[in-house]
Amino acid sequence: MASTAAVPFWRAAGMTYITYSNICANLVRNCLKEPFKAESMSREKVHFSLSKWADGKPQKPVLRSDAPQV
Amino acid sequence: MLRQASRLLSRSVTAASSKSATTRAFSTELPSTIDSTFVESWKKVAPNMDPPQTPSSFMKPRPSTASSIPTKLTVNFVLPYASELSGKEVDMVIIPATTGQMGVLPGHVPTITELKPGIMSVHEGTDIKKYFVSSGFAFLHANSVADIIAVEAVPLENIDASQVQKGLAEFTQKLASATTDLEKAEAQIGVEVHSAMNAALTG
Repeated sequence: MASTAAVPFWRAAGMTYITYSNICANLVRNCLKEPFKAESMSREKVHFSLSKWADGKPQKPVLRSDAPQV
Repeated sequence: MLRQASRLLSRSVTAASSKSATTRAFSTELPSTIDSTFVESWKKVAPNMDPPQTPSSFMKPRPSTASSIPTKLTVNFVLPYASELSGKEVDMVIIPATTGQMGVLPGHVPTITELKPGIMSVHEGTDIKKYFVSSGFAFLHANSVADIIAVEAVPLENIDASQVQKGLAEFTQKLASATTDLEKAEAQIGVEVHSAMNAALTG
């Protein structure tokens, strides 16, 4: 009657389901044969800019991108 | 949370045995419950305004469960970037649930299950199509519709066996040398996924 239900090992280590699922998907994508691997990598490219706000103004943005930096 | 489990279970068992008339009907069988006394008093107070809508009035009624089991299973297999199968009528699918390979036939009991990395096969007559699924969920509905969602699903021919062996060796080594819980978990995931791909290619 303890509140420790059987949890999957990744949740016990502090990982969420979405992180687990994304890791699995990345591993599978890495093991693809050539034309499919390139397609999946281009499909999964991300590009975003993140800025924290202080005093109502955005601070310096952090750019996360898979595109080559110019 | 589970401290209450035994109390709640025994309570529901006794309730079911003593007053089975009060067990709840399925939502498809309930009559539409618009409270007429509320609507009347509303009209007295505000005759020119429509009574407020409740969430249930916006919901479409659930598709009814056929009284006889359908002959075919309707499969919707979706990925985040594509709809792999949409409303396809098949005879059976075998899905890699965390509890083991699960065969789904028309008329399967409604189930929600998490998928583990493994092979999903769609059987249509003599035609069998296999996909390796990275992870996801399967929703089996009472009306023999199966919604399977996965993050990544590839036909087995697209997997490179040498990469799989390399990955397996790499992650087995990482698992042995991992220190923190998180590293161990990541290495463990790597080992599981690569072993599943290996088994899929050789099995």
